[in-house]
Amino acid sequence: MLKILKYSFFDMMRSRWIYLYFGFFFAFTLSLFLISTDLSKVVVSLMNVILILCPLIATVFGVMYYYNSREFTELLLAQPIARRVIFLGQYIGLALSLSLSLLAGVGIPFVIYGIFQSADIWNFFSLLLNGVFLSFIFSGISFWIALKNDQQKIRGFGLALAVWLFFAVIYDGIFLLLLLSFSDYPLERFALGASMFNPIDLSRITVLLQLDISALMGYTGAVFQQFLGNGTGMLFAFGVLTLWLLLPLWRIGRIAGVKDF
Amino acid sequence: MRYFIIILLFFISGHSLARIIVVCKTCPVEGIGVAIQLAQEGDTILVKRGIYQEYDIKIDKCLTLIGQDWPVVEGGNQSEVFSITAPGVTMEGFQIQNTGASQSQERAGIRIKNTSDFRIRRNRLLNTYFGIYLEYSRDGIVEDNYIKGEAVSETTSGNAVHAWYCKQITVRGNSVYGHRDGIYFEFVDSSWISHNYSEANVRYGLHFMFSNDDRYFHNTFRHNGSGVAVMFSKRIDMIANHFEHNWGTAAYGLLLKEIYDASLRDNHFDRNTIGIFMEGAARINYENNTFSNNGITLKMMGGCIANHFKGNFFFSNTLDLVVEGNTNDNSFDGNYWSEYTGYDLNRDGVGDVPYRPVKLFAYVMHRCPESVVLLRSFFVDLLNLSEK
Repeated sequence: MLKILKYSFFDMMRSRWIYLYFGFFFAFTLSLFLISTDLSKVVVSLMNVILILCPLIATVFGVMYYYNSREFTELLLAQPIARRVIFLGQYIGLALSLSLSLLAGVGIPFVIYGIFQSADIWNFFSLLLNGVFLSFIFSGISFWIALKNDQQKIRGFGLALAVWLFFAVIYDGIFLLLLLSFSDYPLERFALGASMFNPIDLSRITVLLQLDISALMGYTGAVFQQFLGNGTGMLFAFGVLTLWLLLPLWRIGRIAGVKDF
Repeated sequence: MRYFIIILLFFISGHSLARIIVVCKTCPVEGIGVAIQLAQEGDTILVKRGIYQEYDIKIDKCLTLIGQDWPVVEGGNQSEVFSITAPGVTMEGFQIQNTGASQSQERAGIRIKNTSDFRIRRNRLLNTYFGIYLEYSRDGIVEDNYIKGEAVSETTSGNAVHAWYCKQITVRGNSVYGHRDGIYFEFVDSSWISHNYSEANVRYGLHFMFSNDDRYFHNTFRHNGSGVAVMFSKRIDMIANHFEHNWGTAAYGLLLKEIYDASLRDNHFDRNTIGIFMEGAARINYENNTFSNNGITLKMMGGCIANHFKGNFFFSNTLDLVVEGNTNDNSFDGNYWSEYTGYDLNRDGVGDVPYRPVKLFAYVMHRCPESVVLLRSFFVDLLNLSEK
């Protein structure tokens, strides 16, 4: 498995897209620092971009990589290697290279501008950790979708993008609609529960709660703070994100095991 | 002419009759209370360096009390320290500490009662329940004092400068920390509050109740439970104050409740959860104020009529304006909004499309506070964009 992982990792590292991805984050973070040297402000601005872009890029890369390396996968399948190992190796190699681009692209400007001397270091780390989680989760989901629609590229692509669109936009729309229509009832617990079912929302809230802006969130924010603001709450949030990560992994393993290629 | 000189001499000699009584641990007069008993109207009492374990000191004559090298008057958590009931008293240079807390007595470091023309300046009050307590007094000055309390909760603490039924007093250049309210005015008319620094008070930095025709300017309110509350008052001028870092789930820079005919000019609001919270505020002019980095900049609740915002600056606030119900006849003219995305074809410096400060999400958030969990999400950005 390590061999396959290594192979697909270096395969990705040779791709020019991954450098573009790295270059974008690097240039973007650097330009944010040129506009404002206030680290916490940069963290907030970056948050919006990372929460939208990481899942999107991971989704697109995931499907693309699966379909592009399909011939190589066929070759591997002909060898005496466990199927689970092949697909998991490819997936982890992909997700790892994406995360590395993110970490380097965002991390290097922060190190240049002195994150280690700043009090915002934990906000920065939790932002990066959430970015890495989102990269892993969404590339996993897209890999799963591509594996399922092995023969239908367009369908796979469409479905993967639809999933991203659902979590990034539509879910929040439905969420807001529900909140508005049931606004006569106490909804804090519902809001807390509903945010667990969307990894993007969960990441956004865990990052926001650590920033000053959490005071703006009033009573609802206080309920969230009480639940997620302390150490165990953080562990719980990352536990839920891990579950989100394990779900596509489990499905990939399942489908790879029984699929007829 | 000769009579004139005689009369003049009489006045000079009469004046020089005022004695100076020196108080110190090795002097004939060892205590401040004793010195006051010995003194006559118009005398000066000079208190030298040392620790004086005295409390309930009553100043009932027109005296000047001067502390040299910060003599410490220690209340020992027993009772009130000074109470002034005579007009024309000056107190300067004392360090007064430890009155102990008492709900029923409202103990104060210095109490000024039923009098006028007082002058309290350059004193230090440490760990007093109430710092300087003024009641039924007028025409006095509280100036350049340093007042630091150790308040933990609202119910177990007093105010640093507390004024009740006063007229024409000036509170100037004081630094107040760690009390319930930094400065508290109740039924105080025609008074000035200026150049004070109020920080880390549990409730408000400055608090007005039922006080009219007052003016506060060049003060700084920082890190208080909330900055300033102006309630049930008329004709208050607020000029060039700084409201900073009043940050917390129920904090605001300035609370206006049932207040009429006021004006706000040249103030700075920076990093407050809510910049100005208005309820029943009417006929108020806001000019040339700066609002930056606030959560909700202006929150208008019911009964806000004829509030006119002109030439204010709004920089990088999360939400500019949240209103409940109608905007009534409140107006916004010629303000600068950093969120403005319109254009200016004729380049006269004024945008051609009016800015709408109430965002759709601000309205939604007001109707359903729980929706705040969607703050800064992509969907909300789209929602605000779709409205433009």
